[in-house]
Amino acid sequence: MGLFTDLRDSISRAVDRMFSDAEPKRIGIYGPPNAGKTTLANRIARDWTGDAVGPESHIPHETRRARRKENVEIERDGKTVSIDIVDTPGVTTKVDYKEFLDHDMEKEDAVRRSREATEGVAEAMHWLREDVDGVIYVLDSTEDPFTQVNTMLIGIIESQDLPVLIFANKTDLDDSNVQRIANAFPQHETVPLSALEGNNMDEVYSKIAEYFG
Amino acid sequence: MPEVTPGETGDGVQIDLISGARMEGLTSMEKIRLILDGVRDGNIVVLEEGLSPDEESKLIEVTMTEISPDEFNGIEIETYPHSQTGSQSLLDRLMGKGSDKKLTVIGPANQIETLHKDENLISALVSRK
Repeated sequence: MGLFTDLRDSISRAVDRMFSDAEPKRIGIYGPPNAGKTTLANRIARDWTGDAVGPESHIPHETRRARRKENVEIERDGKTVSIDIVDTPGVTTKVDYKEFLDHDMEKEDAVRRSREATEGVAEAMHWLREDVDGVIYVLDSTEDPFTQVNTMLIGIIESQDLPVLIFANKTDLDDSNVQRIANAFPQHETVPLSALEGNNMDEVYSKIAEYFG
Repeated sequence: MPEVTPGETGDGVQIDLISGARMEGLTSMEKIRLILDGVRDGNIVVLEEGLSPDEESKLIEVTMTEISPDEFNGIEIETYPHSQTGSQSLLDRLMGKGSDKKLTVIGPANQIETLHKDENLISALVSRK
């Protein structure tokens, strides 16, 4: 029963995608907290629309609601690719408000932030199952990519048959190790970049156009 | 060996080893409930055959809705990394070949810490509450 349901859903998704060329594809920007998802979303939005998507911060879970920037038109090789960017909260399996106390936050604010963070993660998972047509998976290239959250999320994305690009962010930092990410997920293409400094954005846009156009 | 009933573990840590057969007849939400009820009681839950990606996604979502300050911080979950998942064809997946069946360890985030993990080994430190 499950097999046929999965098959039906898979075919339905594929058909939806084939006939939805008129609509911009919704591309979810996913990844663990503090990977630089909002910095990337803002970089893309500013480069092509002039507006930002949301505030950036070094404190984890700054983004606690999925935010959509509609009709971002990326020009590549004489073609225009129109996408909606969905900046999502960082995914995790645990949230402890005490972590926020280390960032000079009062307990009341830390508890509120943790509650909003948990709602945001649940929302991000829901978007992934229901509402995105492709995924940009952002990783901090100074961190070990072999984490359970990364393993699970990539598995979930693959099970949905969604096109995915892996972005190895923060290449401007000394500890950056892009090859470690490429080795962790050899089945997917890894693109190095620094969203903060705007390094390698030409390749980033070419790959977005190639994968999601 | 005398049998201890659940809830009488004293200073110990209860480990529930759940077979694939036990999980087979359950719906996704029943599986998630079984896991989270155990973890919220402070138990370490070991699944012989793990969860499907869709169930893992729902487990994260339900876990988030249950996090409560000073009470439940969420879960730590470990499975072996997928080896070359992308090399599986759609047909392989439909036929259940090279499937999602993988030993999975789940525990309360404040009691279990992963020390080492690679394709063949998961080493975790479990502490009492």
